[in-house]
Amino acid sequence: MSFKIKKRTQLIDQHDKNFMYGGKFGGNFIPETLKKPIDDLTKLFTKLRNDKLFLRERDHYFVNYIGAPTPLIKLENLTDYLAGAQVYAKVVSEANGGAHKIYNATVHCLIAKKAGKKFIVGDTGAGYAGKMLSMAAKKFGLKCKIFMGAKDIKRQRPNVEAIKKNGAEIVPVTTGSQTLVDAVSECMRYWVSNCDTTHMCVGSTVGPNIFIKICAWSTAQISRELMQQLKEEFGKIPKKLKLINCVGGGSSAAGFWNEFMDTNAEFIGVEAGGPKNSKLHAAPLTNGSKIGILHGAAQYVIQDKEGQIGSTESISAGLDYPGISPLHCFLKDTKRARYTSASDEEALEAYRLVSNLENISPSLEPSHAFAEAIKIAPKLKSSDVIVVNSCGDSIKDKDIIKQRLGTYIR
Amino acid sequence: MKSKIALAFDKCRKAKRAALITYTVAGDNNKNNSLKILNIISKHADILELGFPHNTPIADGGQIQESSHRALKNGIKLKDVFQIVKKFKKNNPAKPIILMGYYNLIYQEGENKFLKSCNISGVDGLIIVDLPYPENKKFAEKCKKKSINFIQLLSPTTSKKRMKKIIKDSHDMIYYISMLSTTGGKLKVSPKKILQNYNFIKRINPKKNLVIGFGITDKTISSLKSANGLVVGSMLCKTITNSLKMGQNPVIKLGKVVYNLKRKLI
Repeated sequence: MSFKIKKRTQLIDQHDKNFMYGGKFGGNFIPETLKKPIDDLTKLFTKLRNDKLFLRERDHYFVNYIGAPTPLIKLENLTDYLAGAQVYAKVVSEANGGAHKIYNATVHCLIAKKAGKKFIVGDTGAGYAGKMLSMAAKKFGLKCKIFMGAKDIKRQRPNVEAIKKNGAEIVPVTTGSQTLVDAVSECMRYWVSNCDTTHMCVGSTVGPNIFIKICAWSTAQISRELMQQLKEEFGKIPKKLKLINCVGGGSSAAGFWNEFMDTNAEFIGVEAGGPKNSKLHAAPLTNGSKIGILHGAAQYVIQDKEGQIGSTESISAGLDYPGISPLHCFLKDTKRARYTSASDEEALEAYRLVSNLENISPSLEPSHAFAEAIKIAPKLKSSDVIVVNSCGDSIKDKDIIKQRLGTYIR
Repeated sequence: MKSKIALAFDKCRKAKRAALITYTVAGDNNKNNSLKILNIISKHADILELGFPHNTPIADGGQIQESSHRALKNGIKLKDVFQIVKKFKKNNPAKPIILMGYYNLIYQEGENKFLKSCNISGVDGLIIVDLPYPENKKFAEKCKKKSINFIQLLSPTTSKKRMKKIIKDSHDMIYYISMLSTTGGKLKVSPKKILQNYNFIKRINPKKNLVIGFGITDKTISSLKSANGLVVGSMLCKTITNSLKMGQNPVIKLGKVVYNLKRKLI
């Protein structure tokens, strides 16, 4: 291993002077026009994250607007059913809006205000990033545009309606696969043309370095809360702790793990394996994809031999992305985290089981993480503690679930 | 020895006119036609930019996206792009060709192998949209060693301090992006303002060949003709799209359009 994780250094700050993690992931592969807006944003964010007043403002909104802390609950019935490890859920879906995307959206709106921008644009896949950005934009008085793939607009109707209700404009993206990857490209193209008046929010820990940083810095709230909650529950951090999180772009996982980086906690990331009998998937880490450049950053990415970005398939719109955060590429190569995948069918089954047994109902994204928990918990002892980040609520997937399972339970 | 790109600018300077630089996508609307297009437009254009298409472009507007999509759908591969250049160069050895595209294709091929193919086929220069300065320094030096021009880009957001550094490290041609836009956007800045910025950059180093691109069509080209060179791209891609829609021959159509563009510069 040529590179290691530095102790006592935030994950987002582990890059070199070229903004590369481990010398090969991340960076800023961007058009010249975006150099200055990105430099400006980088300077502003560096200042703000060290500004006590800004941190106080952030914490104020995290508590009073987002509803921090979100609960940590023991899934008693699931634990009994699996008869192995103790299984907990960090119910991040209890945050205002119903998913972790609200942290990044809120912070971006606060930054946009500080930058004096009146317009904000963002991409969305499952629609949560879009819904939250439109919500926060409304709250902070910013005019908002959301770029969303035409295919996703069809399959994530509840979130689309929420975005419209919040007064944001939805721009349907009809190029390419008409999913998240195209929405991010189109949003970046829009920003190239409007960077003088408009702030851009990238919906996950992907894109040019500064967007990775802002996003993971925002979602880190999840692990700050979890650290305290685990200490309250167990008196200390459990010795054998597994933190399981789904990964698409990787924003919730980065936030869920951040504060535990220097502990013994084991990190397991679960990618979207796609339909059981399909060659298509959205799991570049699990399936050994090569490093390539996507949306301004070097990362493991699904692509062909020539470097054309490959098609993906997943039942979960939020995980249906050919790339993966450079942070996770770094965590994989340093072996700090382990990555695996769950198929569409496994995720659906996990959704069904958890929703039946417990008072929570995870969306299809965290259902991938639950699938892994269900797989490994029976092989573990009751001294093992598993915490799953239940980072989204199933209500947005009502149509898909009904269609696939016949009924929708919540 | 002077590069073919530098010689092309010298020739235009003698004729007291701006260089006409065209952009078309390799493989649009198919491999054969894209070679024929290069052949026909090279009669009027001074420098030819040839796009090697990528399916996830972050700085291209609708017209070029459509051309790239068409080319990829027709199965264009990097080796075909080099084949097209090689065949073109066989009959037009003096006409400079610049390949333009995104870095991932070079990254996957390997920088050295890519540059070797450039040399073998006769590529004169490269524009890599998502490899800005100073990240491109190493690669630009590599290009120079192989006698390939690495063309640096400047935009309205580039600070003066940054411009000076970029110009100092530039080769025979610098590309000024006229406005904040993806390619093919409507010219949203007045030609007067664009030329003001252009002249400002020229004063930093008058010897460098500076061309303007983005938003240039038959409607706007005359108003900018005091520049060293002007790039027309999206309009040509749109011409191909429209002629295919109307069942016309894109090769002949494009020949006429480029002829007309050239007339506006004389």
